Amino acid sequence: MFKFVVKRLIAMIPVVLAVTFVVFTIMWFVPGDPTNIILGNEWSEAASAKLKAELGLDQPFLVQFFHYTTNLVQGNFGMSYITRAPVAEQLMARFPNTLMVVAGAMLFCVGVGVPIGVYSGVRAYSLFSNFTMVVGLLGISFPIFWLGLLLILLFSVYLRWLPSSGLDDGFASLILPSLALGSNYMANIMRITRSSMLEVIRQDYIRTAKAKGVKARDVVVKHALQNSMMPTITVIGMDVGTLLGGVVLTETVFSIPGTGRLLVEAINKRDTPTVLGCLVIMAVCIAISNLMVDIVYAYVDPRIKAQYGGGKD
Amino acid sequence: MDETVKKYTTRREFFKQYKKKSRLQETWNRFLRNKLAVIGLFIIVFIMLAAVAAPLIANYDTDAIRINVPDRLQSPSAKHIFGTDEVGRDIMARIVHGARISLVVGCAAIAVALFIGGALGAIAGYSGGKIDDVIMRCMDVFLCLPDVLLALAIVAAFGTNLVNLTVAIGLAFTPKFSRVVRSAVMTVRGVEYVEAARTIGATNTQIITNHVLINCFGPIMVQVTLYVASAILTIAALSFIGLGIQAPIPEWGNMLASGRVYMRDHAYIVMAPGLAIFLTILSLNLLGDGLRDALDPRLK
Repeated sequence: MFKFVVKRLIAMIPVVLAVTFVVFTIMWFVPGDPTNIILGNEWSEAASAKLKAELGLDQPFLVQFFHYTTNLVQGNFGMSYITRAPVAEQLMARFPNTLMVVAGAMLFCVGVGVPIGVYSGVRAYSLFSNFTMVVGLLGISFPIFWLGLLLILLFSVYLRWLPSSGLDDGFASLILPSLALGSNYMANIMRITRSSMLEVIRQDYIRTAKAKGVKARDVVVKHALQNSMMPTITVIGMDVGTLLGGVVLTETVFSIPGTGRLLVEAINKRDTPTVLGCLVIMAVCIAISNLMVDIVYAYVDPRIKAQYGGGKD
Repeated sequence: MDETVKKYTTRREFFKQYKKKSRLQETWNRFLRNKLAVIGLFIIVFIMLAAVAAPLIANYDTDAIRINVPDRLQSPSAKHIFGTDEVGRDIMARIVHGARISLVVGCAAIAVALFIGGALGAIAGYSGGKIDDVIMRCMDVFLCLPDVLLALAIVAAFGTNLVNLTVAIGLAFTPKFSRVVRSAVMTVRGVEYVEAARTIGATNTQIITNHVLINCFGPIMVQVTLYVASAILTIAALSFIGLGIQAPIPEWGNMLASGRVYMRDHAYIVMAPGLAIFLTILSLNLLGDGLRDALDPRLK
């Protein structure tokens, strides 16, 4: 198992590097002279040239990219053009908030989506199953930001149960953002789980288990569930990326000071190093989540583990 | 003479009932049997008609753009079906004119994605080997970033006008189409009629465009329908955070963004634009799913 993880970790490096290169190249096209933004009223020809040399902005593209990545490896994301503080500091302050919202959404997706999916797969074509299918269909079409606004209207304006913005109230303030961000994916996971459960439940080995007299609950939990989990795990892993994209919207709706908001603010202020930092850290998160999916795959499906190191450790 | 003609037509009528239905007709019949898909088709046709007829429903300059402060924040009434917004513009007028923007930008962006991604995917799938590897590894890198973030980055670099936005969203969806087209092309690559075309001396380009892509039309159309929905959602999302279509141009996402400040006392202001986005996405999803099931009945 250790060998497998290490192999996958090494395979992650070129991907992250390539994504960084793509983002860096796109940001290279940002128009205007960054020294205008940094110096503001103090701008002069000489000061601009001096600052450019200091920041390495007068170097060729590839050299700049090389410097950027070598700094990145050491945890240095560069300096913000606006606040002149290290980007890493801002990211450290904001990223945990984003992580909390994503984790909350994830918990909601998996915690609600999988059990409902399994149940409506086992009891296919029942009233409950049909109802969840309709909910799933509506759920995947709901725009995150509109759902967020509707949740605020219902739960904080009319019912006054939950706070509508910020993260000051701890757990309570995480509920609405997680619901808004997670509902799309919850619906998706529910649908996928249901359809793969439907497929598995018709297999011969399920009938064999039933014929042996295994309890109905054990048939589902021990036989069907493990074999139907692969598509669900894939979707859960893929959704981490989509969740991180959606977090930009959720943080805007609920005024949460996270990476998504930082990204939007930085784009509006043309603060390129901050934009880059936000995008890179999100790409790294996505790469890590893909890695985790692969590891979970190996746990669930022994055939994959067997390919690496014979499944011993 | 008259009699023979009559006989001929009746004979044709007679044989008609044994004639095999065309594949297209069979697919269409299967599609019509799927109630949800038909509902989706109805909704999207309705939205398209509203977009086409927008100038007849409301004048763009006087109803959808011009500020009319005395009429601001009026609740829905017979005069303003969805009410008026924070500067007195009729929300109904802005919704129908916004539909034009969303549908046109959404379709144009997917056309960009289909063209670039389709070309890359067709080349990769048809050639295989090293070319396939290089193209697909490049596309995988782009797939590491969610499409909202990729579109955001491109818009940040090139600015937010209508053309840039279309291209940005188009590029963001390019890798997905390259995968779709590639896998579709790979399924027909080895079949006999492609071999036959090669035997009679068709060039690779001819084979790809005249034989391979034509036969992949069905599955690609399904993805086009589903991705137009995502593209429209992405436009609305970018506009909502202020990096898409800018005010005063009416767009559903920026209507939600400007209305949300007033929603505490005037909830209707966020209802109509949100509902418009929701119905468009829902109908396209239903339509896409229906098309998929109709094209490939085994999947159901």
